[in-house]
Amino acid sequence: MSKEKIKISEDLYDIMPSDYQDLVRSATYGKEDRGWKDIGNSKELIEQHSLCAGCPESMAFRYILASLPNPEDTVMVGSTGCTSLVFPMVAVHNIHSLFGNQNAIASGLKRALSVRFPNRTKDVVVLAGDGATVDIGLDMTLQAWFRQEKFTTICFDNELYANTGGQESGLMQKGFVAKMAPVGKLFDKVRLPEIARESGCHYVVQCTVSKPSVIEKVIRNAVLVAREIGPTYLQLYTPCILEIGKNSMEGLQEMRDSEKPTERFAYKEYMSEPAKQLLAEMAAKDKERKAAAKQLAGQA
Amino acid sequence: MADTHSVIGTKNKKGQTYTDTWKMMNEAPRTPSFFTGSEVIKEAVRRASCDVMIAYPITPQSEAAALIGELFAEGYIGDYFRGESEFAVMSQCAGAAFGGARVFTTTAGPGTMRAMENFPMWAGARLPIQMIVTCRGINSPLSIQPDTLEIAYLLNTGMLVWHAETAQDFFDWILKGYMVSEEPDVHLPLALCCDGFFVTHTKDVVNLTPADMCLPPYDPYRSPVPCMDMECPPVRMMRDPFVMKSNYISYATHASWQQEIWAAIERSRKHSIKWLNGLIDAENADADILIVASGTAVSQGREAIRLLEDEGIRCGLVKVKTLRPWPEEEIREATKNAKHIFVPEFNVTGWLAKEIKATIPNHQRVHAGPHVCGGMTMPPEIIVQEIKTALGMKAFSLAGRGS
Repeated sequence: MSKEKIKISEDLYDIMPSDYQDLVRSATYGKEDRGWKDIGNSKELIEQHSLCAGCPESMAFRYILASLPNPEDTVMVGSTGCTSLVFPMVAVHNIHSLFGNQNAIASGLKRALSVRFPNRTKDVVVLAGDGATVDIGLDMTLQAWFRQEKFTTICFDNELYANTGGQESGLMQKGFVAKMAPVGKLFDKVRLPEIARESGCHYVVQCTVSKPSVIEKVIRNAVLVAREIGPTYLQLYTPCILEIGKNSMEGLQEMRDSEKPTERFAYKEYMSEPAKQLLAEMAAKDKERKAAAKQLAGQA
Repeated sequence: MADTHSVIGTKNKKGQTYTDTWKMMNEAPRTPSFFTGSEVIKEAVRRASCDVMIAYPITPQSEAAALIGELFAEGYIGDYFRGESEFAVMSQCAGAAFGGARVFTTTAGPGTMRAMENFPMWAGARLPIQMIVTCRGINSPLSIQPDTLEIAYLLNTGMLVWHAETAQDFFDWILKGYMVSEEPDVHLPLALCCDGFFVTHTKDVVNLTPADMCLPPYDPYRSPVPCMDMECPPVRMMRDPFVMKSNYISYATHASWQQEIWAAIERSRKHSIKWLNGLIDAENADADILIVASGTAVSQGREAIRLLEDEGIRCGLVKVKTLRPWPEEEIREATKNAKHIFVPEFNVTGWLAKEIKATIPNHQRVHAGPHVCGGMTMPPEIIVQEIKTALGMKAFSLAGRGS
């Protein structure tokens, strides 16, 4: 899609919703070096949402949508949960179908788009909660990786089933007392980043969403590696402040506390050799481009 | 966006000519071929301009699903792979259809049941996927034998459901099915069912259309809902997601959408009548005794009618082709003179008889049976026996049950 396609007929301009007018005027579709710094001076690809005040998931959504390298040709796939309350307000095509089948949907979608648009880039990005990714959908999460499906899987890890009211999930910490874990969770947090690496993912990162620059980098890397090489996986800590007894202002601190080097969300990254090579090549090209731009600016 | 240039008359990469479907199905020369049902499925798909086929092994559809893999290897299909389970496969089919592909898949019995959550989603999302169901037992202990109970579960999913009698039906209906389900005012998935083994694993003479003709490709921009390919504006779909709202607008939205799905099934009626030459076939419907059936029970009914004729008993036959849309008017009309209506079925509950009873006046005329299930065959003699017993005539008992 080009920005041409979202243009509004002049005759209808005044009756279009203002958020759509803004989208046409100042969204960053097609901007090559789009990123988190566009937030605040361009139209974001997310409208008002109905998440709780201060929910770290809403921060994550904003950073991710600002950082997608190719939103004008990206289709996202969601699942049931808090994320499905946000997707209707997102200005890239997105699919909600069932709970847990997101990686199966994405497999079919990516293949259909490859058949229909053989000479164009169409990125597919899955974004789902930990229940969808690791519990009910684990089979399809892993099988998509085994098959080397070329799309990115993002898991919003809030360590429980938030939308249904705080029940135990596979990514919950051992010992945590929750609904359906009345005496505390009896087994360890599932080690999905390690499983992802062993299952064939070429780029795996686990981190929190406390730093937008980090999210920008990992989203870009994950989408570009998935496009060129194979499956990628991001596990982002987006604590459910409601269910862990924090208030609206405490989400950021919770993430900062949990990402310390000794804590469970310390930054963790894995890259396959082909992914390393691709990212190095892209970094070199980027540097060249920036140097050339600088030189050009100097001459001017 | 939509390409308004017609591709009819042009060739695909395999050298097949995109042909007007009506001409291809009704005017092009046919070649008689002696094939199994599975091979017939392959031959239909060869001509169907499918973009994506997703496969999973389960008896008795495995052979057809694997044969379509051969078509992919030959270049007739855009993409093909084996999914990890029927639930995943049906979601993968959905993903491909959301992305604007013409999608084909096959399943059977327990696989149909495992995938069930997907089917109302397909209908609700208006995805015109075609799924072949080669019916088999879904009971425990494990059974792979033919049994049509699974069709009962598909009837309320919002899918179109057709029940083929023969391999010829299958060949024609696979191709015609896309024409009906892809109509903009329908745009629903189709479950094209047959009785496993009886149709899939037996050989029959089937008249095939020329192999160098194929259907026009699917145009996803004729869909009543946007194709998820970022080729049209990504509008904000709603102010608030209805899933979380407990208010009148939310209820009304869901209610009207469900009604729209069922209205779309109704709207498929006129297209199905055109392509299938009616939703039912009736022979000698003026007879006092009628057999009403679907699938291979129709064939057995036809044989039973021959046996009855030998004894001077006249019996008519109604073949029900589409279960959704349900041929309510047609069945009411065809059965209006019948005093006794027999509904032979390959399942234990008799879902077809229940549908018919709910449709016609004086439903005590309906004799729900005979039923066979668990893979038993239905010799025409037991239909004859059922009819004669009900009419108070002397009948030979086939199975020695001490009677």
